[in-house]
Amino acid sequence: MSMLKIENLHVRAGDKQVLTGLSLEVAAGEVHAIMGPNGSGKSTLVQVLAGREGYEVTAGSVSYNGRDLLALPPEERAREGVFLAFQYPVEIPGVNNVYLLKAGLNAVRKHRGLAEFDAFEFLTLVREKMKLMHMDDSFLNRGVNEGFSGGEKKRNEILQMAVLEPSLALLDETDSGLDIDALRVVANGVNSLRRPDRAIVMVTHYQRLLDYIQPDRVHVLSGGRILKSGDKSLALELEKRGYDWVRQEAAVA
Amino acid sequence: MSSNPRDESLEALVGQKYRHGFVTDIEADTVPPGLNEDVIRLISHKKGEPQFMLDWRLKAYRHWLTMREPHWAHLRIAPLDYQAISYYSAPKAREDGPKSLDEVDPKLLETYDKLGIPLHERARLAGVAVDAVFDSVSVATTFKERLGKAGVIFCSFSEAVQKHPELVEKYLGTVVPYTDNYFATLNSAVFTDGSFVFVPKGVRCPMELSTYFRINAAKTGQFERTLIVAEEGAYVSYLEGCTAPMRDENQLHAAVVELVALDDATIKYSTVQNWYPGDKEGKGGIYNFVTKRGACRGKRSKISWTQVETGSAITWKYPSCILTGDNSIGEFYSVAVANNYQQADTGTKMIHIGRNTRSTIVSKGISAGHGQNSYRGLVKVLPSAINARNHTQCDSLLMGDLCGAHTFPYMEVRTPTASVEHEATTSKIGDDQLFYCLSRGISEEDAVNMIVNGFCKAVFKELPMEFAVEAQNLLAVSLEGSVG
Repeated sequence: MSMLKIENLHVRAGDKQVLTGLSLEVAAGEVHAIMGPNGSGKSTLVQVLAGREGYEVTAGSVSYNGRDLLALPPEERAREGVFLAFQYPVEIPGVNNVYLLKAGLNAVRKHRGLAEFDAFEFLTLVREKMKLMHMDDSFLNRGVNEGFSGGEKKRNEILQMAVLEPSLALLDETDSGLDIDALRVVANGVNSLRRPDRAIVMVTHYQRLLDYIQPDRVHVLSGGRILKSGDKSLALELEKRGYDWVRQEAAVA
Repeated sequence: MSSNPRDESLEALVGQKYRHGFVTDIEADTVPPGLNEDVIRLISHKKGEPQFMLDWRLKAYRHWLTMREPHWAHLRIAPLDYQAISYYSAPKAREDGPKSLDEVDPKLLETYDKLGIPLHERARLAGVAVDAVFDSVSVATTFKERLGKAGVIFCSFSEAVQKHPELVEKYLGTVVPYTDNYFATLNSAVFTDGSFVFVPKGVRCPMELSTYFRINAAKTGQFERTLIVAEEGAYVSYLEGCTAPMRDENQLHAAVVELVALDDATIKYSTVQNWYPGDKEGKGGIYNFVTKRGACRGKRSKISWTQVETGSAITWKYPSCILTGDNSIGEFYSVAVANNYQQADTGTKMIHIGRNTRSTIVSKGISAGHGQNSYRGLVKVLPSAINARNHTQCDSLLMGDLCGAHTFPYMEVRTPTASVEHEATTSKIGDDQLFYCLSRGISEEDAVNMIVNGFCKAVFKELPMEFAVEAQNLLAVSLEGSVG
C-alpha cells in the first residue's frame, strides 16, 4: 500500500486554479522528484500537503497511511510524521533555534506516546545531528533563521528533519540558492536520512540536485497536473530538452 | 446555554481570562463621591498629616481648577465625571491600625494570597519586600526590619509623612511639580497612599522591593504616589504590580511616581501592569493615567524603567528621565499590549541636560483584536548636553486586521555633538511564522506565545527573573484567542 496517495487533486488559490487533477502515489522507502516550469504548481502541492491555509481543495483526495490527510490541521500532520522543508525558511526573531526544535520534537514525541526529552537528552541528540549537517553549537542559540545565510537556512531545515524523523518528508526547492559545497552538505544530509520506512518528495528546478540525491521516480508537473513520469533518466532528458516537448506530447495524447 | 462539552470548556476559558477580577467583601470607610476643598481637608485629616502637606494639596487643587483635561493623545476616552468618584476608600480597621501582619484583617491577607502575593514573610522564600496598597491605603509592608538594619526606609507614603516628614518635604514634587499636568495635579491634591523608599548613601538595597496595588471598591479612584530617593552610590530595584476587580464602569487610576538618583546611584523601576482591561466589547476597565518621572541629578547616576503593560482599558503614561548629572544614563524598556478594545498611548521622554548623558529606548507594542497601540516618545537634547547619545528602537507587532499601531517620535536636538538614532519596524504576526511553527508539530497557542515572547525578549531580559516569568504568563493570558 502506498504511504501517500493523491487522487485527482484540484486546488484553487484565490481566483486561480493551480492544481487541476493531480494524482501521485508514493510508497515508503521511495524518493520522488517533482520537476516542472515556474508556476506549474509544485510549491502549491507541498504546501497543501503540509496544511498551509489560503488554498481551497475543490476536488480530489489525499490519503496518508490510509487516513484522510486533508482533514487534519497542520500541527497534527506534523505529529503524524509529515515534514515540510521550506523553500524560504521563516525568521522568528528572539526565539532560539534550539527552543523551537525542542518544542517541536516534544510535541511529536508526546503524540507518539513517548516521554518528552529533557534539556540534556535533547542537546545530546541535536548535537549528534548537527555534526551530520556540519553545523556548530552557535546555531542553537541564535534566533530561528535570524540572520542566517541562504545556505545556513537550508541546512537548518534538514537538521530539523533529522531531529523530527518524519515518515514523509517534503523538500521544497531545498537546492535553490545553494553553492556547490552547501548543496553537497545538504544532499549528504538528506541521503543519510533515506530509510525503508520513510518517503521523500522533493520539488526542484534543477537536475543538479538529482546528481546527489538519486530519485526512484521523476514526475513532470505542468499546468497543475503530472504530465509525465519516469525514472531518473527523465530528469536528464528534461535538462537537455526543456519542458516543451512534454507539454506537446501530453497535448497530442 | 450550550450543552456541547467543547463549548463549555471554551466558555470556562474565556471566563477565566482575567484571573484577578474578584471583589473582596470587606467593610470599608468610603468618603461620598465628589471633590472640593472639604474632601481634601478630610483626607488630610484622616491621615493626620502635618500642615505642609495640607497646604500643598490645596495649592494643587486650586491649580487643578484652572486646568483642562488634555486630549492630545491618540485615545478615545469616555468623559470622566470627577464629582462621581469617591476619593478615599479604606478597609475599616481598628482605631490604632494594624501593628503587625497578625493584626491585618484575614480577609485582606486572603485577597493577596489569591492574587499570588502572600504577605506572610515566612511564605516568601525569595527575598522580595512587599508594600500592599488596597484602594486608598497601604495595608501591610513586609521585611521592614531587615531593610531597616541596612538603613533602607521602605514604608507606605502615609507612614513616611508621619515618621520622615523632612525627607518627604525635601523631595515631594521636586521631580513632578504639582502644576505638572492635569492628572498629576489632581493626584497631588487627593493622593491617599503609595510607597516611600529611601536608600542612604553607599547602601545597596539587600532585596527587591515591590508594591502591589489593588483597586477593590466600586466607583473609587486610586491616586497613589510613590517617591524613591537613592543617595550617593546607592542601588535599589523596585517593582510594582497592579490588579482590579471586573466592573462595567471605568475606574480612574491617576498615580504619580517620582525617582531621585544622586551621584553614582542606580534606580531600577519595573512595572507589571495588569489592571482590568474591560470585557471583549470594551465595556469597563481601568483608565490608567500615570505620570512617572526620574531625575538623574547626580553624576554617573542611572535610572532604568522597565514596563510590561498588559492591562487597563486605556493606558496613558510616559516614564521619563531627566538627565541632569554629567555621564548619567536613562533607560526605557517597554512591552505594551492592546487587545480587544484596549488603547495604549505610551512611551518615554529623555531629557538630556548634562554632558555625555546617554539614553536607550526599546519599545515593543503588540496590537490584537481592535486594540490601538501608540508609541509616543520625546528625545530632547539641550545645548549643554555635549556628546549626548540616544538610541531608540520601536517595534510593533500586529495580530489580525482590525488593530492598529502608531509611532510618534519627537526629537529636539540643540547641540551638534549629539548623536540620536531612531529605528522603527512594524510587522504582522506572520501567517508564515505561525505556519512554520505548526508544521513542526507545535500547537497554535504555543506558537503564538513563542513568537510574541521572542518579540519581547529584549525587554523581558531587563526584568528580575521571577517577574520575567510572570510577565510571560500574563502576556499569554492577555493574548489568548487573538489569532485564528
